This record gives sequence, structure tokens and C-alpha cells, in this order.
Amino acid sequence: MELLDSSLLDAADAVRAGKISARELADAAIARIERDDTHAYLDFDPARTRAQAISVDEKRARGEALGPLAGVPIGLKDVLCTRDARTTCGSKILEGYRPPYDATAVAKLRAADAVFTGKLNMDEFAMGSSNENSAYGPVKNPWDKSRVPGGSSGGSAAAVSAGLALGTLGTDTGGSIRQPAALCGVVGLKPTYGRVSRYGLVAFASSLDQIGTFAADVRGAARLLEAIAGHDGHDATSVARPIDEYVGACGRDPKGLRLGVPAEYFEAGLEPEVKASIEAGLKAFEGLGCTLVPLQMPHTKHAVATYYVVATAECSSNLARFDGVRYGLRVDPGKDLEAMYGATRDRGFGAEVKRRILLGTYVLSAGYYDAYYTKAQKVRTLIRRDFEAAFAKCDAIVGPTSPSVAWPFGAKVADPLAMYLADVYTLPASLAGLPGISVPAAPSASGLPVGMQIVTPAWDEARMLTLAHAFEQVSPAKGKRPARS
Amino acid sequence: MSETRSAPIDRAQVLHVAKLARLTLHDDEVPVVTEQLVKILAHIAQLGEVSTDGVEPTAQVGVDRLPLREDVPHVTVPRAEALAAAPETAGGGFVVPTFVDE
Repeated sequence: MELLDSSLLDAADAVRAGKISARELADAAIARIERDDTHAYLDFDPARTRAQAISVDEKRARGEALGPLAGVPIGLKDVLCTRDARTTCGSKILEGYRPPYDATAVAKLRAADAVFTGKLNMDEFAMGSSNENSAYGPVKNPWDKSRVPGGSSGGSAAAVSAGLALGTLGTDTGGSIRQPAALCGVVGLKPTYGRVSRYGLVAFASSLDQIGTFAADVRGAARLLEAIAGHDGHDATSVARPIDEYVGACGRDPKGLRLGVPAEYFEAGLEPEVKASIEAGLKAFEGLGCTLVPLQMPHTKHAVATYYVVATAECSSNLARFDGVRYGLRVDPGKDLEAMYGATRDRGFGAEVKRRILLGTYVLSAGYYDAYYTKAQKVRTLIRRDFEAAFAKCDAIVGPTSPSVAWPFGAKVADPLAMYLADVYTLPASLAGLPGISVPAAPSASGLPVGMQIVTPAWDEARMLTLAHAFEQVSPAKGKRPARS
Repeated sequence: MSETRSAPIDRAQVLHVAKLARLTLHDDEVPVVTEQLVKILAHIAQLGEVSTDGVEPTAQVGVDRLPLREDVPHVTVPRAEALAAAPETAGGGFVVPTFVDE
């Protein structure tokens, strides 16, 4: 079906103009998902999706005003609570769990008349960079099914890449939107921390988690952001600030903008093919009238260490709630409460989640708290200062999203540290709470996607989108998609 | 952070931390996870090289002050819905195994 391969905005316009029904779009998505062999979806219910589409069509038949996403098939990362669908977070400990409410971002998409295709596969509790930590088996990269899609929002990225939804929501704690977007050749947008309510997002690291959007093009990601952004009384960290016209920012001329290029993002560890693609992309930015500003961001090299202290500390606290009492799995050896906790969490959590809980508990424990946790929080301040100093000289920072293209399954499973180092370019902006986007750049020689990352100062998603959209128009990746079933 | 460099973590500490975290570890898991944590902590030890004298820690970004909502009653999740996903309930509450030491 051709319309499912068009842009999110074109599909939305077609539904609103009555050129196609929400039901037709939903049926097209359902047919694709039924043939899917990437394992992008964990929960998929054609009857539920059709019913939602039919109610949108009925709304139009009654002459009621339609929302900005009317009839658009949207997938949701399975870490977002949905009252009418299971929410497992990719974990056995929440197998079959049905939340009593919708996440605010989900409720906002419902209010915009979007049609939900289902819940998307992910690394367990959003911990991972390859999707191999999903308790239900990994997502395959639509470009090469022997390779990982990235993570943790691997299902969200793959679904858009494979045309199994026109847009998706994901979450980004250390790069979990931008990195899979890069590896799957789609646009992935992480807003400023506080831009989108986290209510109903099952928490991993509360000071870092942020909900964001995926689409095949920049305008689509921008339209979704417009729908989910804004203050929410249910999340005290969501900020009451004006929401810009994000779609309107796409198409503005980026001429004259100064783009910081940190030397630290081009050092050892960056694959030569990725480097070549990004360097060509930087030339393209110059061709658009932007100025490149060479920069130093000296604390970049400490971002991985800082992140894996801060994020694991927060995760060890947040995941304490999975104890077999109020929801999810309970394994009771019949001894006492402690034995029930231990047995439940042993059976329910996978190896990476356990590892992070142990690490986080350790860095918060007596005698180590200051040496690790307080120290990492201080270095986090220095990483923020790197950005403040950079933004005194430039309007945005550009560089690779990921040091490598998608790697084969199993390549990094035995070495957690090697997996963590794959996040080196996305972690700094996460620690500083800044918005970032990954846009497809020239593919590698073997045809695998590469992502250009653009980071702007806090609350300046509009300028980020202007740059991303302008880059998209001149990128050799424009219009390229994997073969679809 | 000299103490962390000399002994990042050993088997006894891993078991202690697992107890604090209410995680039961299997015998064959302990050496593997200990080795992995040693390696990760060795990487994290680089933070000790960074001078942070006089630097304020960052716990949260973008939030200048946490707002307080109006102190008025509002509807939350109804009890029946809150209990609906629990493994075991009785009398309108969650049932847990006994936890008082005799």
C-alpha cells in the first residue's frame, strides 16, 4: 500500500481531506505487521487497532473536527503505560501486566486521534544498546536481519524503518532514541529534559529519561513532538514553556548558523566509514550556508563512566518497586517476604538489569557513595559546562550519533563495557538534559545506515529541526528505505 | 578514590550488594557478574582523574524548582483498579508473605 510508504504528514493530510479512511490506513498497517519478520512488536491486536480507526472515521462522518494525527498509525514503545494494552517493558517481571491508566504522552496522541498499532519491542526496562536484552527476543534490523537495530528503542526505530507504523514513540535515557534511529536509518528525536511529561513512562533513570519521537522524515518527528509536548500536572519535572511550531521550523533557512564540531567526537573508536559519511555531511552543512566551528569538549571521554554511575544508581532505586507485591510476577518459595523478593526478582529480571541494579546499589552503598555517586554528579556538572562553553561559540553541535553502523547479533553480548562505549556520542547531551536528533546521513559502503546527530541548547528544538530538515533535503540517504514486505 | 582503585569489587561485596538489592544470585552467576563489575568499575575509576574541587554536583537539570500543586482533593486510581494487577489480594489490600521475625 503506497500511502503507508508516504510521509506521516501526507497520510495525516489525506485522512483529514477524506482522500483515505483511517480504516484503510489501519488495515494497511495491520497487513504489514502480520507479515513482519523483524519482531518489532510485542503486543499487536488488529481488532483493537481497527476499532480505533473506525471511531476516527465515524467522527469525521459526524462532521466533528479531527485531531492533527487523525487516522495516523502510531506504535508505542512498551515502556509507556497503556490502559488497553499490555505493558511489559520487555521484561518477564511484567509479563501480561495491564496498567490502569495511559501515560500522558499516550493520552495526548489519543486526543490527537492517532490510531495505535501496538506495543514495540525494546531492551528490558530500556537498558541496552542492541535490543538483545529484550526478554522476548531481539528486534532485527530491517536493513540486514543478521544485525542489531540498536537500542533500547529498537522496536520503535525498526517499525518506522520497515513501514510498520508511520510514527512511533520511544524513550531516550542515554541515547535510546537517537542510536537506534541511526542504526535503522530513520529520524529519532529526543526533546529537552522536561519538554514531555514522563507520567506513565516506567522509570529507569528519572533525571535522564525523556520520551521522544520517530518518523521516516524530520517533519513527521516534529509533528509527533507537537502532539506530546507540554506541561503536565502529573509530572513535576515537565516544564511550562511555550511549545514552538516544530513542523513550521522545518523548511526555514539554516544559512548563517554556526555548527560546533567537537574534536572528541572524531577520535579513536569512530569507524572509518561512519567518519567519512559524517565528514561529507559536514561539507553538506557548509553548502547550506552554515559555518563549522571546531571545538573542544574535554569531558566527553568521561561521559560513559559518569552515565553508568548516575543511571544505574537511579535504576537501582526505581526498580525496587518490582517486588512481586502490587503487579507483575511473583515467585514465592513459601519461606518469608525476603525470599519472595529475591526469587521474584531473580526470575523476573534479565542479566543486564541485574547487573545495573547491582552496580547502582554498589555506588550508592555506605563507603562508596561519595567516591562514585557524588563524584559522578560533579563530573556531570563539568559535562554540562562543556556544552555551555560550546554554545557560547555556536548554535548547534553536530557529529556522529553512533561510532559504528549496526553490528551483527552477539558481537558485544559478552562484554557489557564494549556495549556501553557504543553510547559515547549520545550520553553527553543526555547528561546535560539537551535536545538531540539523529538524521540519516550517507550510508556506509555496505549500504548500512549512518546517523548525523544535531544537539542544540535546552528548549531550542525548533532550531534543531530547522537544521535537521535542511540536512535531510541534501542527504544522500533521502528517500532510501530497506526492502519492504 | 584510592579505595576504589585498589579493590573495585570482590565476590563478598557482590553478594552483600545483591542482598541489599533483594536479588538472589545463583552460584554460577556470581563469578561472571563479579568479573564484569570489576571491569566496569575499572573504567569508572577514571572519574578519579578529574579535578572536581569546588564543583557543585548535578542531580537534576532543567528544573529550577519543583512546583507544588494546589492542595485540593482529586480522584486517583480507584482501589479495585489498583489491586487488579496484584498477584494476591484480600480484604481490599495486597497480600504478602509473613515478614515478622519470631
